[in-house]
Amino acid sequence: MSNRYISEPMLEMYIFETTQNVEQLEKCILDNEKCSSYSKEAVNEIFRIMHTIKGSSAMMLFGNISSLAHQIEDLFYYIREQNPQFIDCSALSDLILEGIDFIKVELHKIKNGEEADGDCQELIGQIKQYLSHIRQGSQEELAQEKETGHKVQQYYIASGKLNITASGNYYKAVIYFEDGCEMENIRAYTVVHNLKEITEDIFFIPEDVIDKDDTVQIIREKGFIIYLNVDKPYEEIHEFFMQTIFLKALELEEVSQEEFNQLKRPKHKVVETSPIKVPKVEVIENKEAEHRETVSLSANQSIISVNVNKLDKLMDLVGEMVIAEAMVTQNPDLQGLSLDNFQKASRQLRKITSELQDMVMSIRMVPLSTTFHKMHRIVRDMSKKLGKEVNLKLIGEETEVDKNIIEQISDPLMHLVRNAIDHGLETTEVRQQLQKPKMGTVTLEAKNAGSDVLVIIKDDGKGINKKKLLETARENGLLTKSEDEMTDKEIYNLIFLPGFSTKEAVTEFSGRGVGMDVVIKNIEAVGGIVSVDSTEGIGTVVTIKIPLTLAIIDGMNIRVGSSRYTLPTTAIKQSFRPKQEEIITDPDENEMIMVRGQCYPIMRLHKYYGVRTAVTDFTEGILIMVEQDEKTICLFADELLGQQQVVVKSLPNYIKETKHITGLAGCTLLGDGSISLILDVGGLISNHG
Amino acid sequence: MAENETQALFEQEEDTQKGKYLTFTLGSETYGIEIMYVTEIIGIQPITEVPELPEHVRGIINLRGKIIPVMDVRLRFKKQFREYNDRTCIVVVDMREISIGLIVDGVSEVLAIPDTEIVTPPDMSKNNNKYIKGIGKVGNEVKLILNCHKLLNDEEADSLLNI
Repeated sequence: MSNRYISEPMLEMYIFETTQNVEQLEKCILDNEKCSSYSKEAVNEIFRIMHTIKGSSAMMLFGNISSLAHQIEDLFYYIREQNPQFIDCSALSDLILEGIDFIKVELHKIKNGEEADGDCQELIGQIKQYLSHIRQGSQEELAQEKETGHKVQQYYIASGKLNITASGNYYKAVIYFEDGCEMENIRAYTVVHNLKEITEDIFFIPEDVIDKDDTVQIIREKGFIIYLNVDKPYEEIHEFFMQTIFLKALELEEVSQEEFNQLKRPKHKVVETSPIKVPKVEVIENKEAEHRETVSLSANQSIISVNVNKLDKLMDLVGEMVIAEAMVTQNPDLQGLSLDNFQKASRQLRKITSELQDMVMSIRMVPLSTTFHKMHRIVRDMSKKLGKEVNLKLIGEETEVDKNIIEQISDPLMHLVRNAIDHGLETTEVRQQLQKPKMGTVTLEAKNAGSDVLVIIKDDGKGINKKKLLETARENGLLTKSEDEMTDKEIYNLIFLPGFSTKEAVTEFSGRGVGMDVVIKNIEAVGGIVSVDSTEGIGTVVTIKIPLTLAIIDGMNIRVGSSRYTLPTTAIKQSFRPKQEEIITDPDENEMIMVRGQCYPIMRLHKYYGVRTAVTDFTEGILIMVEQDEKTICLFADELLGQQQVVVKSLPNYIKETKHITGLAGCTLLGDGSISLILDVGGLISNHG
Repeated sequence: MAENETQALFEQEEDTQKGKYLTFTLGSETYGIEIMYVTEIIGIQPITEVPELPEHVRGIINLRGKIIPVMDVRLRFKKQFREYNDRTCIVVVDMREISIGLIVDGVSEVLAIPDTEIVTPPDMSKNNNKYIKGIGKVGNEVKLILNCHKLLNDEEADSLLNI
């Protein structure tokens, strides 16, 4: 029981940390591959990350991940120590990326509560082979190598094969105390004190365990690290440590004498050089991550991870407060009174609440860079497989978008980038014939545009062949209009239809005609729009327009009878009071209005939603012209109440389950605490048509 | 260890809630609802109508920033609608993550009715008693114990959809 109690939050932490580490690793490898050599920092970095993954996986009893990480660590240990000159960089990257993929799959299994049962023996074998390959390739002394190899294999307690009896062994022990045992620093000191009975040659991190209170925190997070030189065999030392009270986990390993001495002397440097000291807590992979090497530990700790549910709750509360504030400052009891001091104080209050609201909103905003950087990997894999040289250009990756939206657009972006490379770009030979630069370019750009974010995927490939597109559409019976009437935009949008593919051959990556259909569904789910533009021979541009946040929209409040509705301001084109003679009624009783020579259908909201209202004559109410997807409709309401930013809340689940109401996007709270329903313009239009 | 304690506490809490019913009136009948489902009782509030919903779901209300649907139990039982007054209450129940307000004529009290005092309702040929889980006897009075799940899950609508 107590086991479960501990492992649940730990598992969560483990998954989180390892995912971060793996992402970091991937980025690191891809960066290095570009310059086709591994820098010393990169090797150290990979080594450290692998070490962390290995340690934490072993602790969580995920043997396969741990042993794979161990093997990769070995490899990089060798590279780090021996610095061999002849490394096949791309093969190395392939190997490590394969390893990363394996870990990712296993992590996914763990996340879903399945058994992490993948078999990595083959991969480990490959890595071993590679390691021996570079060993032979390098001109290092064989004897030294043997020693290294020998040592590396004896590395870790979890591997269970330990037997060293030579005197003067150097060990490194990391002790983790049980959560909530308190006074970790004193416990750590006791361990050191006991150790002094067997050996004098000890040093430990953090130092000054007793004197400084903050060491408790460090020990809790990173464990207590002891280096010792003692002439006892591994087992005995291990047993000694296992006697420690409240011990949760122990990592005991041998270190070389050089490492020991090196660590011992420049004590302050230990923090940077010790491979163990890396369990970083990083919430958001932002720019800082790029400068990870230089980021000190304290900077890392300034980021904390917060459950999104808590943020939602916080936002609800702030929304509540804004309403409460309005209820106080605009209280009807105050009417007619002149209260100077009260007015001053309430202005102050309003200022603070609005700042608070902005702040809460900004917490949810995350830069797009993580999503963008994931594309590097796709581009790399695809360019290798397809034999096309591709350069991925990222612009405006620092653009911030609501976290929920980021999650939604990651898959569509991947599809689009794949499409751009597979369908868009020509092969290298064709490009050369066409006198285009040999290397194809895919540009991924993000920028703010009002309350929207534009994400643009551009390639300089062959573009879309309109004729071919129309032909395929005709063959599949997807055309609903005569071809001559279709605008370019409409033609290009055909590619978003399900089951549409002009590609003759289906490849591993694309061409099945399912991708684009999914893309548009995902984007529309977050209220975004996708449009395609293309010039044959020059390239294709796909533009995704997504709202900055799902949580707040600019809305126009309208009233129909006693009900209030909110329309997204972006959809409104104009509002006006019609004259009777502009109204046209056709024989089917459909009402229309003529505005500037164009005829638009009218939808009476009170009729549509069955609301009782006194205003049924067009000349008494107001018409609001709304547009979505180039379709326009006029809504008839009693009056406009005014414009305001509203916090979008979804309708209660019970209602959603009972019935799907077309034309409603959600609801929101108005300043006076009453509820307004947010209209979904797209839904209204399609329903009317 | 800690989990054990919370578990114990939880069980204890569940124990104290077991066998207790919040009773409310609808016309001349008294109904009971298991107290473990009830989160709070509030007075009648301005209700925002939502179009296209079944008649008994009156709309949504703003419960301190949380938006919950409200259901008129009278209409749910096909009784006649009665204008809301200051005795009218909304009983907020929480079931399987779903919060919903039940509009009732008035709330009476919390009663402990042991299981032995609850009998299964007589098997009527008409489908009327599907919302009633049991009939509790308290002194000379009879309380109709509601089946919350049935109340919320609209089987009629489902069956209609299936046709």
